[in-house]
Amino acid sequence: MPELLNRRLVLVTGKGGVGKTTVAAALGLRAAREGRRTIVCEVAERERLPALFGDTSIGHEERELAPGLFGISIDPERAKEEWLRYQLRSATLAGLLGHSRLFHYLTAAAPGLTELVTIGKVWELAQLQRKSAKASPYDLVIVDSPATGHGLAMLRAPRTFSEVARVGPVHRQAGKIHDFLADPGATGVLTVALPEEMPVSETLDLGERLHSEMGMDIGRIVVNQVLPERFTSAEAERLESVDGDLPAIRAALTEYRRARVQRAQLRRLRRSTDASVTTLPFLFTSSFEREQLEALAARL
Amino acid sequence: MSVERLLARKQVCICAGSGGVGKTTTSAAIAAGMAARGKKVAVLTIDPARRLASSLGLPELGNEERLVPGDFGEGELWAMMLDAKRTFDELIEWHAPDEQTRDAVLSNRIYQELSNAVAGSQEYMAMEKLHELHQEGRYDLLVLDTPPTRNALDFLDAPKRLSSFIESRSLQLFIAPGRLGIRMLGRGTGVVFSAMKRATGIDMLDDLSDFFRSFGNMAEGFRERAERVNALLADSRTAFLLVTSPALDSVDEAVYFHHRLLDSGLPFAGVVVNRMHPLAADDHRADLARLLGDELGSKVLRNLADYRLLADRDRASLERLRSKLGRKPMICVPELDDDVHDLSGLARMNEYLFGNRAPAQTGAE
Repeated sequence: MPELLNRRLVLVTGKGGVGKTTVAAALGLRAAREGRRTIVCEVAERERLPALFGDTSIGHEERELAPGLFGISIDPERAKEEWLRYQLRSATLAGLLGHSRLFHYLTAAAPGLTELVTIGKVWELAQLQRKSAKASPYDLVIVDSPATGHGLAMLRAPRTFSEVARVGPVHRQAGKIHDFLADPGATGVLTVALPEEMPVSETLDLGERLHSEMGMDIGRIVVNQVLPERFTSAEAERLESVDGDLPAIRAALTEYRRARVQRAQLRRLRRSTDASVTTLPFLFTSSFEREQLEALAARL
Repeated sequence: MSVERLLARKQVCICAGSGGVGKTTTSAAIAAGMAARGKKVAVLTIDPARRLASSLGLPELGNEERLVPGDFGEGELWAMMLDAKRTFDELIEWHAPDEQTRDAVLSNRIYQELSNAVAGSQEYMAMEKLHELHQEGRYDLLVLDTPPTRNALDFLDAPKRLSSFIESRSLQLFIAPGRLGIRMLGRGTGVVFSAMKRATGIDMLDDLSDFFRSFGNMAEGFRERAERVNALLADSRTAFLLVTSPALDSVDEAVYFHHRLLDSGLPFAGVVVNRMHPLAADDHRADLARLLGDELGSKVLRNLADYRLLADRDRASLERLRSKLGRKPMICVPELDDDVHDLSGLARMNEYLFGNRAPAQTGAE
């Protein structure tokens, strides 16, 4: 998927439990292999990325996980402090605000602020001119976005704030972030799905909402965990005709039926979207580690 | 163990778990199963992706309950998709002392953003609606499919967050008439506000104090409601069911959630583990060769070896879950051959949720 790797920012979206973190990590590994300095951002409280690289935790620091591949787990509180410091250009004032209970209550209540500072941090990482002098720029920023509804809320936040503020620095900056997200040359969207009824419907739904609410389009859909087609329909008929209840035959028929249902959903997805569709195989393994991640990176 | 037994004498069932474990489908299946056992049941989802509607064969769901067509005998199945914004607006209408206050709040920009935003308000509104339906007493059982939060636990804190916010000193000061309250915040407050204005460009003081002044009139009503919602969650007629898949990270999430429920004194009823792969004790190698011939027979065996790997993986994480949870009720549902997305799929799932059918019936355990 070279078209995505040439963007500055790739948003990896999709329903919960479809493998967004895995795909984001595999894509990052692939980009780093090709010589791009890449960072993968997690925005959930629970870090899943480091485990894939045999690491324990990353936190709100840019940390190298593999050669040329960095990771960060964005902490909205820290992102808020950074933004304040930059905005006020005064550590004293920022400290005063940061320690003010009143400010804390107000920002905790200010809806969407967490989403705004999170996507703001992502945007900052994707700029060639970083806010802090000692930070190096990245060729590519990959975001492991929150599940569908929350993911959209995060993408909508900049425009919402830009409208609420009307004038002033928040208006200007939030507007800039929104423009960056909505610029197809700068930002690409990759959606991860499973070849099942609900994830496919949710993917199509997300595509429509991204388009209507954000003016963005899904560039690529990665369908994860696609079963191999091991048995032909003639073989399945033969298996069905066998008397007696053998577990091996039941497992074979399960594989046949599930693979067939998956193919139907895959066809439905392909028919209903303009995005390019890539599939990743279901991995029959007892654990998912670096080796499996490398295998998926090679398939992307 | 059957869901029917877990939910005996219960009026509220809250299904919780991480994303992608089949929470929405499980909620719908439980509701359909209880309706088929003669109860009048309503299932509530906050899922914006209309998944519940599609699995119940309804074109769409709204903020009002709809009767699900189907034969449930004496029972009835109702479903609704919660519109958080609509519910919030209704609450304001309910609590507002007069029309002027109501309009002031509903048209305030900060309120509009607050009620639209996801940060906590959706979760709170789910609880609120649950409470409202429970008060009305029109149903024997309410099943709540909890929102897909970043963290499956966020929604537990939602009522508490709102009440502590309402009780917070800063809000009380905003509510004080005029700028008196602001002045009472003491020296330094002016600096905080001007720094905020410099950082944001928004005159927070005006917009926010406006909002809080009108909202403040209703604070007491909201606080009482939040307390009653908390009481309902802790009531012995409520049951929390954890839903998980055999994947290790969702098992870990379920274990963590279980601790949180116990710590908060909330009534935990059991765990549903979805999508288990059945364990095959014997491969019947000789029979396969005789029945299918060498070629197909060995293909079937290779496939079985792969499925055994998955079954072993599932057993291992189930063991882990069992060791952490002790002797708590656990119901396993196997990976079904068809994707569950309609009423007949829900009925197949219910053979495991309600029947005593175990998913590992392939061979002895």
